[in-house]
Amino acid sequence: MLKELFAKSKKKYATVPLDREKQDVPEGIMTKCPSCKKIMYTKELVKNQKVCLHCGFHHSMSSHERIEYLFDAGSFNEFDKEMISVNPLQFPDYLEKLEKDKKKAKINEAVVTGVGSINGYQVSTAIMDSNFRMGSMGSVVGEKITRAIERAGELRIPFIIFTASGGARMQEGVLSLMQMAKTSAALKMFSNEGGLIISMMTHPTTGGVSASFASLGDINLAEPGALIGFAGRRIIEQTIHEDLPEDFQTSEFLMKHGQLDAVVKRTELKETLTTILKIHAPGGEWL
Amino acid sequence: MIYELEFERPVTELRSKIKELKEITKDADVDLTVEIETLEKRLEKLEVDIYNHLKPWDRVQIARHPARPTTLDYIPLLFNDFIEFHGDRYYGDDEAIVAGIAEFEGRAVTVIGHQRGKDTKENIRRNFGMPHPEGYRKALRLMKQAEKFNRPIICFIDTKGAFPGKAAEERGQSEAIAKNLFEMAGLKVPVISIVIGEGGSGGALALGVGDRIFMLENSTYSVISPEGAAALLWKDASQAKRAAESMQITAPDLNRLGVIDEIIPEVKGGAHRDANVQAEAIKDILKRSFNELLPLDSDELINQRYMKFKKIGEYEFEKQPEGKPKEVGQHS
Repeated sequence: MLKELFAKSKKKYATVPLDREKQDVPEGIMTKCPSCKKIMYTKELVKNQKVCLHCGFHHSMSSHERIEYLFDAGSFNEFDKEMISVNPLQFPDYLEKLEKDKKKAKINEAVVTGVGSINGYQVSTAIMDSNFRMGSMGSVVGEKITRAIERAGELRIPFIIFTASGGARMQEGVLSLMQMAKTSAALKMFSNEGGLIISMMTHPTTGGVSASFASLGDINLAEPGALIGFAGRRIIEQTIHEDLPEDFQTSEFLMKHGQLDAVVKRTELKETLTTILKIHAPGGEWL
Repeated sequence: MIYELEFERPVTELRSKIKELKEITKDADVDLTVEIETLEKRLEKLEVDIYNHLKPWDRVQIARHPARPTTLDYIPLLFNDFIEFHGDRYYGDDEAIVAGIAEFEGRAVTVIGHQRGKDTKENIRRNFGMPHPEGYRKALRLMKQAEKFNRPIICFIDTKGAFPGKAAEERGQSEAIAKNLFEMAGLKVPVISIVIGEGGSGGALALGVGDRIFMLENSTYSVISPEGAAALLWKDASQAKRAAESMQITAPDLNRLGVIDEIIPEVKGGAHRDANVQAEAIKDILKRSFNELLPLDSDELINQRYMKFKKIGEYEFEKQPEGKPKEVGQHS
């Protein structure tokens, strides 16, 4: 009897899904930091916006967690939640992969868009989520971001993009590539009307996403330690046959080379954004 | 001598056989006219069979043909008085992109294009047509100059992609490409982009935000090279042929997907068979496009350009609980 119980519980333990992201903080009591390897209470880590209490490592964060931390309670209104991808190139296994990620990440696509307020300042936002197809950009991601930019224009409020993406989505081929042009063109239209664009790059921001809207903020910010770059490190090493510096393509590397306005810790982000929004708020201009 | 591609071998073999027979008739006292005629008919049929049914990978081979005309080959055939301008004014001059001013059918234009080399020496100088940030910044500088002087812009796309290198990253490859996409969307003058060879990824798109986008029949335009796609999807770069098929990268594919405006037909066997004739086909479509675009004022132009890119993409909406009818995205 006792043996049976033991076996049962063991079996139950073994059914915990194995495809969970390694860095994703489980519902466990303790979490080990992948950077400093120190173990801390998950509750305390979450309370600290998933920034390691010991080394300051920024753990990956879902789009909905970001909304919870950053936006005033109850202020966020999501748009185009039901927009879903189709399989325009009839790419094998694509729809199955999408279904799997919908269940895993509990979102319909790799970006969540909406309107919400940060300390009372209303903004239109697009928050990418690397838990869904590595945050890759296909037609839906491009369309949702474009609509969020247009919404900012209609409401005459700032647009803030949080990037987390491996780049263009291979399975939608050239349609993914064209989303770079589409989103960038939308930003140009918005910019021409005087709209404020803030780009907040988080880990990772690479390929077609870094070569489009991520780099097009009036103000470009990044989280510490994020991987940001155009080409993959391995491809570069193979091309130029030389070793790359350890900090290559990190936020700090970009900062050093003049590509960023500031590297902002997650725990200080709300305050920083509030200040920027306040300075750009109507009434503050010199006219 | 233009070298033959693998899929063309049957044509080449038959052609040399005919040549052989003709030579025999010339020297010897035999009449082979009937045989030659039969073979010539067969050659004609074979050419139709092969060149009218090119597979994606065949087109990739033609697009990469070393003798395929480049930007600098087309410029003297299409324009008068071309003067090349150099440098981005910040860092250097990237020879993977050529740009300058010229005259087209009596009108001043700005011409910009990727430039690969024809031999190893030139390829090294031009970095195999793979630009660094300063190449894109030179292109943008000359686009803004064209806007100032109300000159239409013609872009030739022919690159495997933006160069993946340490220096390129340090100098902001992403920002340079992104800025071109952004600024091209707002240009007050007509922009026509033509893919003449390979259109590889963001590095190609950075010259591709045009009012009209055309592709030569055997050119390709894709989010990633077939080799890159194969390495990413199946961890095997040798599956490039399979990737070329599933990624839908040929001119007919892009036309069907609604990404390009029109396919420019190529000379039988590929543009490298006769650059002069190919240039004429390009000239015709440029003239027609200018007639359509030049009457538009800048607001109309910019608005139409935006709407053109805005409609690219396919998506749908999940059934909504309220039982709203299902909205369907573009082209579906």
